[in-house]
Amino acid sequence: MTTHFLSVEGLKKAYPGTTTPVFENIHFGIDKGEFVCIIGHSGCGKTTILNVLAGLEEASAGGVIMDGREVAGPSLDRGVVFQSHALMPWMSVLANVAFAVKSKWPDWSKAKIAEHSTRYLEMVGLGHAIHKKPAELSGGMKQRVGIARAFAIEPKMLLLDEPFGALDALTRGTIQDELLKIVQATHQTVFMITHDVDEAILLADKVILMSNGPLAKIAEIVEITMPRDRTRSEMHHDPQFYRIRNHLVDFLVNRSKGYAGSDAALLHDAKHPPVVRPGLASDEPPPSDNSRPILKQVVNQ
Amino acid sequence: MFSKQALKAGLISLLLFLAFIGAWSLATHQKEGPAASGADAEYAALMGKGAEKTSGFPPPAKVGEAFVTYLSDPFYDKGPNDKGIGIQLAHSLGRVGLGFFLAVVVALPLGFVIGQSPLLFQAFNPFIQILKPISPLAWMPLALYSLKDSDVSGIFVIFICSLWPMLINTAFGVAAVRRDWINVARTLEVAPLRKAFLVILPAAAPTILTGMRISMGIAWLVIVAAEMLVGGTGIGYFVWNEWNNLALPNVIFAVVMIGLVGMLLDQLFGLLQKAVTYRE
Ligand SMILES: Nc1ncnc2c1ncn2[C@@H]1O[C@H](COP(=O)(O)OP(=O)(O)OP(=O)(O)O)[C@@H](O)[C@H]1O
Ligand SMILES: [Mg+2]
Repeated sequence: MTTHFLSVEGLKKAYPGTTTPVFENIHFGIDKGEFVCIIGHSGCGKTTILNVLAGLEEASAGGVIMDGREVAGPSLDRGVVFQSHALMPWMSVLANVAFAVKSKWPDWSKAKIAEHSTRYLEMVGLGHAIHKKPAELSGGMKQRVGIARAFAIEPKMLLLDEPFGALDALTRGTIQDELLKIVQATHQTVFMITHDVDEAILLADKVILMSNGPLAKIAEIVEITMPRDRTRSEMHHDPQFYRIRNHLVDFLVNRSKGYAGSDAALLHDAKHPPVVRPGLASDEPPPSDNSRPILKQVVNQ
Repeated sequence: MFSKQALKAGLISLLLFLAFIGAWSLATHQKEGPAASGADAEYAALMGKGAEKTSGFPPPAKVGEAFVTYLSDPFYDKGPNDKGIGIQLAHSLGRVGLGFFLAVVVALPLGFVIGQSPLLFQAFNPFIQILKPISPLAWMPLALYSLKDSDVSGIFVIFICSLWPMLINTAFGVAAVRRDWINVARTLEVAPLRKAFLVILPAAAPTILTGMRISMGIAWLVIVAAEMLVGGTGIGYFVWNEWNNLALPNVIFAVVMIGLVGMLLDQLFGLLQKAVTYRE
């Protein structure tokens, strides 16, 4: 019935020993080659959703179908970049990536594995550091190794859990640019959690807005209508940028609480959350509190 | 800065050593003659040998002589009661090595299984808690009765005392492997054995090696006592035998050798520990 590459249907998760589910009745779809970000306040269940998509966590109800098959357990089809980079400290950078490559292609020769791994490390700008141990790298470099490891197995889909959450703004920007380049070149399908509104606008084709938990819902799906060839330095010249940005920030600051409780279920159809294109709504009167200047906002700090 | 301090420390160590030898020399010098108590003399007469060695606590020079005699020919073998110190130590190290190795063979796989299953961890825990504090020598009668061989019993005692620290540390080390690393292995669909050897083992290795180091320390403590009990060969038997001969300089020599070998074993494990420790 659905034509999405990945579809999430009626997902619910209640951790054992708890009464109220973290979220329930979650529906959304991701198309092939699409970059989807999910934004929501801390504790609403983003990581839980990602873990269910990865197959690391079991859903209490509902399911995930990717490429026509039900997700049941972790798989090499889905590469995961963990928030804490999760590199093995006893292995060199190259060995970390090679470990993943060998898992995917066990029959490859050592030389071929090394060559393939090195290529992906060069892609994230770490060609010079392949023989270092993770402990000798900066936080940003570690995160890049994690990204190279996930890309190197050439998964059908990438799942990123706040990959840049622990980085300073400058490093974050550089790696965002790199990720953007790689994704544009490879047309990788990506699902990414972020707390950074600008990051979402830069990278995503659509942004899923999650309301506060418990009983979190998908409040809205925001389509980023700006042209795909955006760059970090140029995108704020696009008049769409601030409209989208204000919409997202307004949601996080004012509207995300309004969905808690079952009464909110009456207001919108969980199976078809509203899809909005704030970037195109040219002369919408701005909400009152948008008149004050909005600084770069990273929620959840 | 560091080397300067090391130099100073070395100098102080040397002074302490000289002061100790000096005090010892002084103390034994005064006691010579009258110190040979009646009981000692009687005992010496009873034993009929080693009489000239019973004149009180030996002075450093006598002990030094023992060092020279034994170290100049460590590997001679003149019958069951007269072997070189090298041969005796080799016997002890052989028993310790074998018992320790058997303990590794049991503790590592078992610790792996227990560490990965909270259920088994809980199920095994009461037994480990009860068995752990038992003095390994308390097993000796049971071992001698059921194994019927003093050599095998010695090895068993080493096995049993090495087992617990290794088992406990392996289980804890495996249980404490970071969830993230396990999840990486899961998302990469790594086969169980490959995961065990390439992810869990290296991750838990520092904890496991700590357990091994403790085990080896205990094993070396226990072997001396065990060999005193079962006799035959080994450094513990050597100590006991020389005590029966009332050859105190030889006993002191053996005590120092026990300390030296113990230190070397500990340092060996310290090196191994360093080799598997990773910085995060
Ligand atoms: N293993 C667990 N057992 C019980 N409750 C859990 C567990 N993991 C998460 N939770 C709960 O589920 C809710 C959602 O957690 P989750 O980690 O998915 O949030 P998140 O949206 O990723 O938050 P953040 O933005 O801070 O990372 C939280 O309330 C958390 O307390
Ligand atoms: Mg999270």
